[in-house]
Amino acid sequence: MDLNGGNHPVSDSLRVENLCHSFVDAGTSVDVLKGVSLEARSSEITSIAGPSGCGKSTLLYLMGLLDRPCSGKIFMNDVEVQDLNDIDRTRARNKSIGFVFQFHFLIKELTALENVRLPLLKSGTDRSTADEKSIALLNDLGLKNKSHRPAYKLSGGEQQRVAIARSLANSPKYLLADEPTGNLDSKNSDGVFELLLQMAQSLNLSVVLVTHNEKLAGRADRRFIMKDGLILA
Amino acid sequence: MLCLELAWRFIIARKRPMLLSLSGIVFGVAFFVLTQAQTSGFEQFFIRTILGTNGAIRISDQFQDNVGTVEKVDQDGKVEFLFHSREDSLYREGVDQPALIYEALKDYPEIMGVSEIIEGNGVLNTGSRKSSIEIKGIRWVDHAQASDLISQIIDGSIDEFAADQMAVLLGSRISQRLNLKVGDRVRLIGGTGNLHLRVSGIFETGVSQIDKNRIYLHMGTARSFLGRFSGGSVFQVALKNPNRAPAIAQQLQNVLNHRAVSWQEREKVWLDVFKALRVSSGITVSCILLLSGLGIFNVFAILVIEKTRDIAILRSIGFSPQDVSAIFLWQGAILLSAGVFVGSLFGYAGTFLISVIPLRIRGIFSTDNFVVNWDLDHYLMAATIALFFVSFATWIPARRASKVEPAKIIRETL
Repeated sequence: MDLNGGNHPVSDSLRVENLCHSFVDAGTSVDVLKGVSLEARSSEITSIAGPSGCGKSTLLYLMGLLDRPCSGKIFMNDVEVQDLNDIDRTRARNKSIGFVFQFHFLIKELTALENVRLPLLKSGTDRSTADEKSIALLNDLGLKNKSHRPAYKLSGGEQQRVAIARSLANSPKYLLADEPTGNLDSKNSDGVFELLLQMAQSLNLSVVLVTHNEKLAGRADRRFIMKDGLILA
Repeated sequence: MLCLELAWRFIIARKRPMLLSLSGIVFGVAFFVLTQAQTSGFEQFFIRTILGTNGAIRISDQFQDNVGTVEKVDQDGKVEFLFHSREDSLYREGVDQPALIYEALKDYPEIMGVSEIIEGNGVLNTGSRKSSIEIKGIRWVDHAQASDLISQIIDGSIDEFAADQMAVLLGSRISQRLNLKVGDRVRLIGGTGNLHLRVSGIFETGVSQIDKNRIYLHMGTARSFLGRFSGGSVFQVALKNPNRAPAIAQQLQNVLNHRAVSWQEREKVWLDVFKALRVSSGITVSCILLLSGLGIFNVFAILVIEKTRDIAILRSIGFSPQDVSAIFLWQGAILLSAGVFVGSLFGYAGTFLISVIPLRIRGIFSTDNFVVNWDLDHYLMAATIALFFVSFATWIPARRASKVEPAKIIRETL
């Protein structure tokens, strides 16, 4: 699979069309997404806001190929990807998609540097290049002297920045952030958002930001509001 | 290598449960090696002694087929008929034409030594004590090639025996019972009369049944005493490869038309006892490995639950289900390798310590130390059993880990 465009025009957009998804909960089928369509463009932050349970995180995981939709289409670089096999989905998650979650989800047995270089080593980058790139990323994110510190010894804001560094390690085209500031105070929240904005522009990333924070959502280039599995605006 | 590195980091982050799992494998492997070294030690000792004393094959009575089965064999267009029988044969005691049989056996490439033996019974009388014994009349040069007799002599020498036609070699337990030493005179009663013999040597095989019953005389002396001046003898055959004894015995029997019994058939009862002991101790000790396998299963099952979130995050950054599974399998492999290595070292050291423990046994065997068998197969067998249990114990949790659905886990964590 060629997510870099192949013969298609290079747009680096992440697009979903009429996406539907449902879960079976206690024997009952619950429709979480009821035909969602949206597009996230490169160098832009696209925010998805809405109340809890409206389906915004589910939409993000479908866009990030962590789950399969019941129906509808997902396009990366205008290539249809929702039916990719497991190997191609895994490869796409490693090389083209970066995830940032509300809880940093770092591996506590590893240092900050080791956490950041994991996707690089997984993609086959040699160890010295991976270390070089990871340290550069950590430096850019203000963690210059903390790269060899165990993940669990970092503060909440630092851990989230390590998680962002990890999501950017393989220079993805799409950065999917699920409530990345939900666990941070307002100062750290602003810092993380600024970072995402800066990364989107400098790295030509398509950033999709799921958030409760209306202030941050309002600062995005494109804004969507979801309710009951539908895009309202 | 990345999965191996992560496996190592996960292991060293959980020292206590992993050390417990490791100790299970270590003790299981060490005990397995120890018990096998002991049981097979006595078995090997018995086999060595039996081979060194009674040879690999015994050729005795001539048989005439009475009732048998005929088998038709087609080979390259030729038709042959093979006659099989033994149970329904009519036996004639002793070897017919021993000189011819001797020459035929000497030319057989797999045979190392052939000794003609005349057998009988008698009573040794010292004047104050008597003892019933088994007489083996031998040509010592031939018998030395077909047995370990020379190395079994603990007092006196084969030269003294060779130099005197009226010399006798006594089993060590006979000499103790009759209080006889090298150079003493003793009377042999029975057969055609009395013989005055001189004790020229005392031998010890280590198998009590032999040491307390057997004496060796020169062939001529024995024939004269037993009144059997020709025929009636048996042959003891030593082989280059004693494990081939059953097949060679069968061949010899077909060719020579004499009953040929391999040592495996001859000592079947004892060999079965040893085998049962070995299997029994193997099963018992395997239970330790089974328990350690259950322990590892428990540790890994909990680990998978603990690491569910990490598994989800690894999946989100490009680890495949197979990679996730490999991380857990590598942990099992690390524990297994370390456990087998350390367990083998403990087993080796333990076997050495046991081999030097003074232990006087005078029963079926005569030994002053624990008899152990140093065999690489014991270590390989222990490693194989550990591999089986540990693989099973890690495979199920690893499989479960690979089936973690990342989106579901992340959603539930939030």
